[in-house]
Amino acid sequence: MGFEGIGAAVRRKEDFRFLSGRGNYTDDINRPGQLYAVIKRSDRPHATIGEIDTKAAAKAPGVAAVFTGADLAADNVGGLPCGWQIHNKDGSPMVEPPHPVLAIGKVRHVGDPVAVVIATTKQAAKDAAELIVIDYQDLPAAASLAEAVKPGAALVHDDAAGNVCYDWHIGDKAAMEAAFAGADRVVKLELENNRLIPNAMEPRAAVGDFDTSSGDFTLFTTSQNPHVIRLLMGAFVLHIPENKLRVVAPDVGGGFGSKIYHYAEEAIVTWAAGKLRKPVKWTAERNESFMSDAHGRDHVSTAEMAIDKDGHFLGLRVHTLANMGAYLSTFAPCVPTYLYATLLAGVYKTPVIYCEVKAIFTNTVPVDAYRGAGRPEATFLLERLVDAVAHDTGIDKVELRRRNFIPNDAFPYQTPVALQYDSGDYTATLNAALKAADHAGFEARRTKAVAGGKLRGIGVSTYLEACGIAPSAVVGSLGARAGLYEVANIKVHPTGSVTVYTGSHSHGQGHETTFAQLVASQLGVPIDQVDIVHGDTAKIPFGMGTYGSRSLAVGGSAMVKSMDKIIAKGKKIAAHLMEASVDDIEFKDGKFTVAGTDKEKTLTDISLAAYVPHNYPIEELEPGLDETSFYDPKNFTFPGGCHIAEIEIDPDTGVISVESFVAVDDVGRVINPMIVEGQVQGGVAQGIGQALLEAAIYDSAGQLLSGSMMDYTMPRADNLPNITVGTESTLCTHNPLGVKGCGEVGAIGSPPAIINAVIDALKDYGVRHIDMPASAPKIWSIIQAGRPKMAAE
Amino acid sequence: MYDFAYQKPGSVADAAAALAADPEAKAMAGGMTLIPVLKQRLNKPTVVVDLAKTGMTGITVSGNTVTIGAMTTHASVAGNAEVKAKIPALAHLAAHIGDEQVRHRGTIGGSLANNDPSADYPSAVLALGATIKTNKREIKADDFFQGMFTTALGQDEIITAVTFPIPEKAAYEKFPNPASRYAIVGVFVAKTAGGVRIAVTGAGQGGVFRHTAMETALASNFSAGAISGVTTPADGLNGDIHASAEYRAHLVGVMAKRALAKAS
Repeated sequence: MGFEGIGAAVRRKEDFRFLSGRGNYTDDINRPGQLYAVIKRSDRPHATIGEIDTKAAAKAPGVAAVFTGADLAADNVGGLPCGWQIHNKDGSPMVEPPHPVLAIGKVRHVGDPVAVVIATTKQAAKDAAELIVIDYQDLPAAASLAEAVKPGAALVHDDAAGNVCYDWHIGDKAAMEAAFAGADRVVKLELENNRLIPNAMEPRAAVGDFDTSSGDFTLFTTSQNPHVIRLLMGAFVLHIPENKLRVVAPDVGGGFGSKIYHYAEEAIVTWAAGKLRKPVKWTAERNESFMSDAHGRDHVSTAEMAIDKDGHFLGLRVHTLANMGAYLSTFAPCVPTYLYATLLAGVYKTPVIYCEVKAIFTNTVPVDAYRGAGRPEATFLLERLVDAVAHDTGIDKVELRRRNFIPNDAFPYQTPVALQYDSGDYTATLNAALKAADHAGFEARRTKAVAGGKLRGIGVSTYLEACGIAPSAVVGSLGARAGLYEVANIKVHPTGSVTVYTGSHSHGQGHETTFAQLVASQLGVPIDQVDIVHGDTAKIPFGMGTYGSRSLAVGGSAMVKSMDKIIAKGKKIAAHLMEASVDDIEFKDGKFTVAGTDKEKTLTDISLAAYVPHNYPIEELEPGLDETSFYDPKNFTFPGGCHIAEIEIDPDTGVISVESFVAVDDVGRVINPMIVEGQVQGGVAQGIGQALLEAAIYDSAGQLLSGSMMDYTMPRADNLPNITVGTESTLCTHNPLGVKGCGEVGAIGSPPAIINAVIDALKDYGVRHIDMPASAPKIWSIIQAGRPKMAAE
Repeated sequence: MYDFAYQKPGSVADAAAALAADPEAKAMAGGMTLIPVLKQRLNKPTVVVDLAKTGMTGITVSGNTVTIGAMTTHASVAGNAEVKAKIPALAHLAAHIGDEQVRHRGTIGGSLANNDPSADYPSAVLALGATIKTNKREIKADDFFQGMFTTALGQDEIITAVTFPIPEKAAYEKFPNPASRYAIVGVFVAKTAGGVRIAVTGAGQGGVFRHTAMETALASNFSAGAISGVTTPADGLNGDIHASAEYRAHLVGVMAKRALAKAS
């Protein structure tokens, strides 16, 4: 056994299971007598529903039942709840329209579920679904932000005037206006953040089961947070108390945010299982994923930076339109507000920031958090704006950043947009990235590329994000309808092996390894004696789940708390066994020793005594070695760093190739550097996908044109360079591990680095900004437009 | 997919008989287009006639021709030493169709019979002036392609082999769709005994077409420089979310020049 403690690049314990086909995913779960559900979805962007004729479908071979929204309403099934309430500038609450499980009265986006067919086979259910006749009356659609905010635009919800969900702001408007009035110059940029479709490798699936003996419901589902689903679906939708509802999220093949939310299909299969007294399974086909998984991003913004003559940032003003889609997904309202506008300080000491956000309903799939959730949008806006300031003033891009960095002696640093950063060293990550990228040698590489007929550019992004969401009291005051602590139950078994029951959920992050390393190193046992259990409300006391790079910072901290309790109890037992004072007991490397003596007891000696308490302080101590903790974080954590991209453009075609990518991140203490590297690489791949390839495209009528892998460009291995990952860590000051989070940094820091590099490569073509994705035809058009101008010069 | 009957005849004659017996029957070669279409319920054949056991595989060189059996996979063409030696452009084209899995299932006959406007093989067949052999006759490439997803094949007519004349020079350059990796534009250039032939796939609304303006310009000078003055009109070209007709028209020139530079 080599070193496997904190800081060791231990191979992932779970990978043999995944790579050898032994994973246990929701679609692998089959219950006796199981029926299959197929959802009849709207093919209309916006229409009123007249009669839904299900008679032929109900009579089709193998069909057990056909249900519509009316059947659910008759059974008092509630709508899908929204977990975050934003208030308008005037203090009034956001518009929160009903979100029926199956559409009632109207359909509002292509993919909106209208009916469900449940049959003995999936094939039979699909055949029958084709027999359902829906009398639609088409309505005009508001298919984009631009269309939805036009006067007289079609209304997605009658009670949301102008399609506005909320009109929110943050920051000191008067101070901002004063800063702008006193500025030497204002640099303005208009930009879009392109809409993305998550596409986890595993499509969503759900199996509902009902135990006719106990009356208990079980839902197996592809979720990042099974307790949250139990709470939302049980309390608000199906009215099943927690003690009668178990939610299991087994192995989950990627989430990226899209599996946080409570979806209609989960409620449908659970409700139908109770109704039909049989298990009901639904598994999305990929085309359903495109039109029913929550999409990500989709902002249109105007950003202005007020600067003095030396390029110091004096004030930032931002106006953003954020697309909510047709309904409010579970956490949608918080993404373009508290996960976005609060990040607009970035790594800079901009003294005044004011941001207005209007959230807009459109006839599109609901939009919610997607890897990074608000922070990529803020980072793209800010890091593009910083480059625009450099462009307009002629100040070197790196020097401009250094000039405005929050200095190392300023922590804790209070930003003008609510957050207080605890630690960071932006100069260190910048310097390390510049060195790793050989920034100094770039011009020689550019010259060489030009000689070969290519355009070459370099782009820098110095970013910051907020993870480890978050202190419950704080998020509660901001509109969260939940607490955001995490839970760990750690059982040291009688013979010394350990099971950790965590409310965090792993769907690719490698928790079974990282958490095992953490617990093994603290308790001094080999990692193969530590099992991590997650994803089952029947096993885990409670949990808020995994998103926002929170699992180690919040879930790991809960484990530390539980281990502290175990060690404290173990010391009392050890003191009893070794007839010493508890104050003299020390615990290290799995052994309890009496200070200054050679007396020692192993953790196994102690656990055995705890469960076989023959010689035990039974009067003052309960038997057992099993501790549970709820850890509520004291603050967000603030990972940050520097990403540098180098790209080449083929001017004949406009094709961009990413030649190199360097990411140097401050993720706090690193438990497993190999997993951190993998997380950053995956995030950067998604960031490059957003920057160069991915676009969810609706036509003006509201049809999704990029509705399959044939038309939606996911990044592939041949689109990506080798990604160099480094870490330059400062420790988080407020959690016991000093960790910050690494799951999203790659997707947050990389898009502006890529686009800044593209703009740099095109510096002779008179282009100041390009919206994502920087696709080949877009670049070709810019080059075509720039050529005559250059020829004339 | 919808229910259908499945037959796997042991000979071309039996396969043709099965197709003749039922106008709603559909032949399947590698299935790389048909199976996804069936899964999406976009096609509802009564019978799928699988050609896997009809033979029709293999590559033979005879005199100045290379003949490839209709059921020969892309991977077999790409990896065949004689194709690489005699028509390296064809091996290169086959090596860049789809992905590894597709290349080990998909066949030349299936690709040609389907005549997807973004498929690669039609450009090689048209540019090289190949002959399509069927169970009934021989069809010249110029007569075979009749618009997107449309060919000269009858309902019970099955491609058995394709005979390619060995060209003096040839090359293929493709600009792939970033998502599907089908050709947004693919240009196959060939200098053959019968003259210069340039075929363009991916771009045309009517499927693969010959670029006669380029052929004229290249007749006496088979080089990239010879087409620098030739433009491709955007009229009649496809436009979609990935590429406008104008961009495709531009790419036809770029891909042609790159192919010529490689072939010359």
